Amino acid sequence: MSMMANNLGVAASAARTNEDTPEKISVRDLSFFYGESKALKNISLPLYERTVTAFIGPSGCGKSTLLRCLNRMYELYPKQRAEGEVLLDNVNILDAKQDLNLLRAKVGMVFQKPTPFPMTIYDNIAFGVKLYENLPRAEMNERVESSLRRAALWDEVKDKLNASGLGLSGGQQQRLCIARTIAVRPEVILFDEPCSALDPISTSKIEELIDELKDQYTIAIVTHNMQQAARVSEFTAFMYLGELIEFDRTEKIFTTPSVKKTEEYVTGRFG
Amino acid sequence: MVDHTVKSYDDELKNLHEDILRMGGIAEAQFASAIQAVTKRDPDIAALTVKGDVKLDELNNIIDQRVVRMLALRQPMASDLREIISSLKIAADVERMGDYAANIAKRSIAIAEMRPVKPLASIPRMGRLVQHLIKDVLDAYNERNAEKAKQVWLRDEEVDDAYNALFRETLTYMMEDPRNITPCTHLLFVAKNIERIGDHATNIAETIYFIVHGQTLNESRPKGDSSSFLVVNPDDAAPKA
Repeated sequence: MSMMANNLGVAASAARTNEDTPEKISVRDLSFFYGESKALKNISLPLYERTVTAFIGPSGCGKSTLLRCLNRMYELYPKQRAEGEVLLDNVNILDAKQDLNLLRAKVGMVFQKPTPFPMTIYDNIAFGVKLYENLPRAEMNERVESSLRRAALWDEVKDKLNASGLGLSGGQQQRLCIARTIAVRPEVILFDEPCSALDPISTSKIEELIDELKDQYTIAIVTHNMQQAARVSEFTAFMYLGELIEFDRTEKIFTTPSVKKTEEYVTGRFG
Repeated sequence: MVDHTVKSYDDELKNLHEDILRMGGIAEAQFASAIQAVTKRDPDIAALTVKGDVKLDELNNIIDQRVVRMLALRQPMASDLREIISSLKIAADVERMGDYAANIAKRSIAIAEMRPVKPLASIPRMGRLVQHLIKDVLDAYNERNAEKAKQVWLRDEEVDDAYNALFRETLTYMMEDPRNITPCTHLLFVAKNIERIGDHATNIAETIYFIVHGQTLNESRPKGDSSSFLVVNPDDAAPKA
């Protein structure tokens, strides 16, 4: 039961999006296979530019799989393949000719478990930048600082940039990972359950950060926490058993969902 | 729809639902005895009715507290959210219905102390109309039946018509004989209160529709109360049968 989001007539009538808001990413008839097993079934949906789209659904529904198609992370593993199209600025990134490193700089990813490199805080940020750009020291310093500022971490670490990234708290490490992602100037940021391992206060800080980031980046977030999806996102996609069940404005999904299954899931009647 | 995975959630919703029904039942009975107090000119029934209003205020408070608690602890979504929020509105409407019933009972005491006036005979019929509205809207709530609710919503026009007729009749009666003015004025207030109770029943009907469909009843309801524009010329005030 896959739906073309455009056919739904998703009313883009809130302040931040309108009929002209372009689709930063267009997923078209995407299917994904782990070996012979079809984990995603003909998914089509839009990620509108500079908006936050949440993916919700029970365990095993395919939301993380879908996320990992958006920057071809699955290529790291054997026997995993995607069919269909994923258009980034109207260019199909599933094409064999796509440069994967460039793609992953443009489409960054933040994972559930904070994964700082075993380096200084400074090098954590600089490492990725050095792969793509040859910056003189002063500019690199500036890049590190602005990334840490935009990740709301600068004030806490500015006096210990040479300390190990591993010495930070969980919430700080996650913000360090976000800073690291921002440093290579992405256009899209993918969050895979970014707050699952964090306490409520760190979670709020990350949510506030996402709220600020959405003015500059297109954001997709997979989350188990429905209230979080409701708080941070403007659009929500509900998935079940590899299919897209419903895609709509977040406020609609959580007040008057169109599909019964969606209603059952968001009201806690599933299972 | 299937039950919630967490059973206590369903229990709480059930308690809320039953409290609303209980409150509605009390308001129904209060209205019935208020009409009785008027037609039977019985001050004892009137006094009992006035005292009975306090039960409605108590239940309203209980329902308010249940709603706040559920909002805080359950973070309800979609249909659950609509139902829980709507409980606040319905309880408020029922509480106002009860207030009007108590007011009718109070006025009945004054009416009973004065000479009976002819328009009083229209009160039982108007009262029955509204009693049926209340019963049907409470049934619609119990069954979560949006169609039934919509029918109640449409029938409010009949109450407005009855009120207009009574208003006109009472004005002409007053103009015939100044001794009629005091009891007729009280009567007008009683009739207005009955009409307002009908309005609140209509509000509840709209809310039930919203609970079920997530949208408000859109078509503009036929609003029949034209008494605000009513003028009766004293020269035309021959009693009309």
